[in-house]
Amino acid sequence: MGARLLAVIVAAASAAAALTGCQAGGGDNANPKVLTYWASQQSPSLDRDKQILEPELRRFTERTGIKVELEVIPFTDLLKRILTATTSGKGPDLVNLGNTWTPSLQATGALLEWDGAMMAKIGGADRFEKVALKTTSAEGTTPVAVPLYTKVFQLYYNKKLFSEAGVSRPPATWAELVDAGKQLTRDTTGDGKPDQWGLGLRGQAYTTALHYAYILGSARGARYFTGGKPAFDSAEAVSGIEQYLSWMGKDRIVNPSDAENADWADVYEAFSKDRVAMMLVQTLGQTLKDYGLSEDRYGVAPVPAVTPGGKDVASFLGGTNVAIFKNTDNLDGATELVRFLTSVGEQTVLNTAYGTIPPVKDAGDAAFQTDEAKVARQTMADRAIPLPRVAQEAQFETLLGNAVTSWLAATATGKQPSAEQIRSELASLSQRVASGG
Amino acid sequence: MSIRTDVKPETRRPPTVSATAPAPRRRRTWTPYLFLLPALALELVVHFGPMLAGLVMSLLKLTQYQLARWWEAPWTGFGNFEVVLDVDQPVGASLLSSFLITLAFTVIVIAASWVMGTAAAVSLQNARVGRGVLRTLFLVPYALPAFAAVITWRFLFQRDNGMVNHVLVDQLGVLDENAFFLLGSNAFWAQCVVAVWRLWPFAFLMLMAGLQSIPGELYEAGTLDGAGPWRQFREITLPLLAPVNQVLVLVMFLWTFKEFETPFVLFGGSAPEQARLINVEIYQNSFVTWNFGLGAAMSAVLLLFLLLVTGVYLLATRRKVHEA
Amino acid sequence: MRHETSGYRIFRWSTLTVLTIFVCAPLFVMASTAVKPLNQVQSDFTWLPAEPTLAPFVDMWSTVPLAQYFANSIIVAGATTVASVTVAILAAYAISRWRFRGREAFRLAVLSTQMFPGILFLLPLFLLFVLVDRYTGLGLVGSRTGLTITYLTFSLPFAIWMLVGYFQTIPRELDEAAKIDGAGPLRLLVGILVPAARPAIVAVSIFSFMVAWGEVLFASVLTDERTRTVAVGLQAYASESNVYWNQVMAASLVVSAPVVVAFLLLQRHIASGMTAGAVK
Repeated sequence: MGARLLAVIVAAASAAAALTGCQAGGGDNANPKVLTYWASQQSPSLDRDKQILEPELRRFTERTGIKVELEVIPFTDLLKRILTATTSGKGPDLVNLGNTWTPSLQATGALLEWDGAMMAKIGGADRFEKVALKTTSAEGTTPVAVPLYTKVFQLYYNKKLFSEAGVSRPPATWAELVDAGKQLTRDTTGDGKPDQWGLGLRGQAYTTALHYAYILGSARGARYFTGGKPAFDSAEAVSGIEQYLSWMGKDRIVNPSDAENADWADVYEAFSKDRVAMMLVQTLGQTLKDYGLSEDRYGVAPVPAVTPGGKDVASFLGGTNVAIFKNTDNLDGATELVRFLTSVGEQTVLNTAYGTIPPVKDAGDAAFQTDEAKVARQTMADRAIPLPRVAQEAQFETLLGNAVTSWLAATATGKQPSAEQIRSELASLSQRVASGG
Repeated sequence: MSIRTDVKPETRRPPTVSATAPAPRRRRTWTPYLFLLPALALELVVHFGPMLAGLVMSLLKLTQYQLARWWEAPWTGFGNFEVVLDVDQPVGASLLSSFLITLAFTVIVIAASWVMGTAAAVSLQNARVGRGVLRTLFLVPYALPAFAAVITWRFLFQRDNGMVNHVLVDQLGVLDENAFFLLGSNAFWAQCVVAVWRLWPFAFLMLMAGLQSIPGELYEAGTLDGAGPWRQFREITLPLLAPVNQVLVLVMFLWTFKEFETPFVLFGGSAPEQARLINVEIYQNSFVTWNFGLGAAMSAVLLLFLLLVTGVYLLATRRKVHEA
Repeated sequence: MRHETSGYRIFRWSTLTVLTIFVCAPLFVMASTAVKPLNQVQSDFTWLPAEPTLAPFVDMWSTVPLAQYFANSIIVAGATTVASVTVAILAAYAISRWRFRGREAFRLAVLSTQMFPGILFLLPLFLLFVLVDRYTGLGLVGSRTGLTITYLTFSLPFAIWMLVGYFQTIPRELDEAAKIDGAGPLRLLVGILVPAARPAIVAVSIFSFMVAWGEVLFASVLTDERTRTVAVGLQAYASESNVYWNQVMAASLVVSAPVVVAFLLLQRHIASGMTAGAVK
C-alpha cells in the first residue's frame, strides 16, 4: 500500500507541477482589481502597523480602483510564510522582505525580476540610494525587490550620563568608545558592583550578533565570501569578533546580563533609566518615546571608525524591501502599488511613521532633518555596505550569528574564547556552508 | 496511541479463556471497516501521506535553489543521510551532540516527572483535607498552553530581574551572585525544570488514576502483616501500577524527545549549544537555513530511532508487566 | 485505612509543600506581573506590584487583535474536539467490538503516528492543502478548516487509544441485551456504549481541545491574519524593540482560563476516564 500511495502522491505532485509550471513565467493580469500584500511588522504592535498602512492603502484604492488585502505578519512568522508560499506557489502578490534575505530568496526563483523596463515603470533605478539598491539582489544579478525602508547602525548616547562622567563628546573611534565606556561604567550604589554600564548589547539574538561581527570585521577589511566561496576565518573577521566579545570580557563596559537579551527591550529600558550610557542600534525613530525618553535627553552620533587605516564601514544597510511574486495575477496592479509605496509622498509618510530612513533620494529632504536622520543619511551615503550579496546569506547569518551568541555567552560567564578557538570554529562553519549544510 | 495492543488479553489468548474479555466476532463483515473508515482516511491523508512525502524529501537535494520548483529537485539518493550521519563533519557532529543532549534531557525529565507524579499521587491517596484543591492546583501547569507556560519561565529565569535569582541570591542567600539560567550549561538545567513543570502533572494524573483502581483491602492486609508505608509502596503499589507505568513512560518519552516549544520559547529562537534539542536542530536546518532535504533526513533518522526504541520497549515491558 | 507512621507523615507534608511551591510560584508571578505597570516589570523583581493596575488587561486587546484570535481558537478547538471525538468513537467501537483483518496493523499504525516529527511533515502537509485547494477550490490553506483537519489527526491517536480501553471495560452483556431488542450496530453504539463511556469521552474531549488550543508550529504556517489562533497570537506581544511582559502575562492568563477551567471542572471525569483507559 505504501508504494501505491507514494505513486499517487508523485502523480499528484507532477500534476501540480504542470499547473504551477504554466504560471512560473512572470505574472499576468487575470485579476486586475485585487491585490494581496504581506507587510512585515515594523512597529511594536500589529495594530499600530495597520493604523499606519491602512489609510495609505485606501488612498491607493481611491486612486486606482484596486482593492488591497493587507496582512501584517510578525517577523517571527514571515520567513516561514514566505518559504511555504514560495514552495506552493500560493502566496500574495506582493511581500515585504527583511532586505538581508533578498539574495537568498532570489535563489528560489519565485520573485519577479526588476529589469530596466520594470524599474522604468516606477521611475527608474536612479531614484534610489545606491547602497539600498545593492540589497535587492545577489552580486551581479538583476534586482528582485525594491527598497522601502532603510536603517543603519548609529550610536545613541545618554546625555545625562555623559555629562556626569565628564565625557564631552561621543566617541569617534572604537578606542575612544572603550575609554568612554570605562568612564561610564560605574558603581552608583556603593555595593562594590557596577550598576551603570558604558554600553548595552542585545546578546542572545543571532541576527544582531552577526551584524556586529560583520560590521567590525568588514571595517578591518574582512571578506566573508571570496569568489562566491565562504571564507569566514580571515584574521580580520576573527579580530572583529574578538573586539565585540572584549567589550563585555576584557574591557568590562557591558553588563554580562546583556548576553541573555533576546530583544532590545531591556537595553532600551536601561538606557532610558540612566543605567546604560551608549547603544549601537539601528535607526530607532520613535521607539524610545515608548520608554518615556524624550529626544532632548539622548544624542545620536555615527558609529565609531577604526583607527588607523581599515575600511571606513559603520554599518550594513538594514531595512525592508518589497518584492512581487512571479505568479501574481495582477502584475500591473502590483507594479502600481510599488510605484505608489516608493513615491516621495508615501515614502515620507511611512518612513516617518516607522522611524526609518527613506531609500528614495528625493524623499529625504524636508521631513528627515533631525539629528538622527541626518546621521543616518550620512552613514547610508558614505559608510554603509550591504550584507554579503550571495545566495547563502541566510546560512551565513544563522550559523555565524549563533556562534557569536554562544561566544558572548561564554564571555559572560568569564570564559572569553581565544582567537584560535574562534578561528577554528569559523573555519568549520565556512566548510559547512560550502557543503550546503 | 494503542500501546496496549500487545498487552490486551484477547489479542494473545483465545477469547473463550477469559470471561471478562470481549469475545470479538469472527464473522466476515464490512461493518468494522465502515466505522474505521473516517479515522483511517484522515490518518492516511493528513499523517501518512505527508509523512511519506517528507521521507521522499530526505532523498532530494532541496534547498532554496529548488524550493520554488521542488518537483525538479535532483535526487541525491542517500547523500543527505551521509552528511547527517558523518559525525566527523560539522553537520553530523552537531546532530550527534543535539541527539545526546536530547537523550540526557529526556531521561532527566521523565525520571523527575515520574518521581514527582508518584510522590504527589501517593501523598494525596489517602489525604482527607485539601485533596481536591491540591489535585486541581497540580494540574494547572499541564493545562496551560505551552507558550504561556514557557514565556513565564523565561521571565522568571532572567538574570537581573528574574524571580529565581531574586529568591536564590537576595532571599535565601544560596548564591553570592546572580547566575545565568538562560545561557551556557545552566540553560540545559533550566530547560529541564521547565519541561518537568509542564509534564509532571500528566504523570500525576495518570498515576492517580492508577492508584484509584488498587483495592484498599490490599493495604489493610499489608498493615496487618506489619508492612510499613515504604514496604507497602514497594510490594503493593509499584507492582500494581506497572501497566500504568508502561504506558506513561512511553508517552512521556515520545513527547519529551520531540520537545520543541520549550526551547523555542525559552531561548527566544537561538538555543544555547549546551541545550539544543534535536527538534530545534531539525527546525534550524529546515526553516532557518533552508536545507529541507537535510532537515528531512535528520527527521527520518529521528523517526527511525523512536520506532526502534518504542518497539524494543514494548517487547521488553510486555513480559515484565505480565509477570507482575 | 493505612497506618500513618511519622516518617510517612513527614514525607507527605514535605512532598506536598515542595510541589505546591514549585507549581504556584510561576503562576503567582504570572498573575502579579499581569497587574504591574510595564516599567515596574522591567526593573528589579518584586513579588507584589507596588501600584496594581488593570491596564494590561485592557491594553492587551488592542496591542494584538486578541479577541479575534480568541474566536478563531474557540472555533478551531471546538470543531476539532467534536470531530475527533466522533471519529475516535467510531474507530474505537470497531476495534473493541470486532476482530477483523488489519485491526492490529491499524492500531500499530496509529501508534506510530506519535513518533512522526512534526517538522518533517509540515511542508508536505502545506503542499497537500495547496493541491487540494487547486483541484477542489476548498480553500484549506489559511483557513480554520485546514487547521481543524490537522489538529483532528493530532488528537485522534490518543483519543482512539483511550476510548478503546474504556469500551473494553463495558460489559458485553449490555451489547447482547440491546441486540436482543433488535438494535443495529449504530444504535447499540449511540444508545449503550456512548452513554456508558461518558467519563472517557469527556477526558478525550478535553485532550483534543487542549491540543488544538496550544499548538504553535503548524498554526503559524497554516493560518493567516484572519484565522490566527491565540497560541500564535501570544507571540506578537514581543517585538524586537518592545516586550509587553505585563500584557503577555495578562493575555496568557485570559487565554489559559477556558482550558484550565474546563480541565478543572471535569477533572473527576478525566480521572475516571483515564483509570479505565489507561489502567485496565
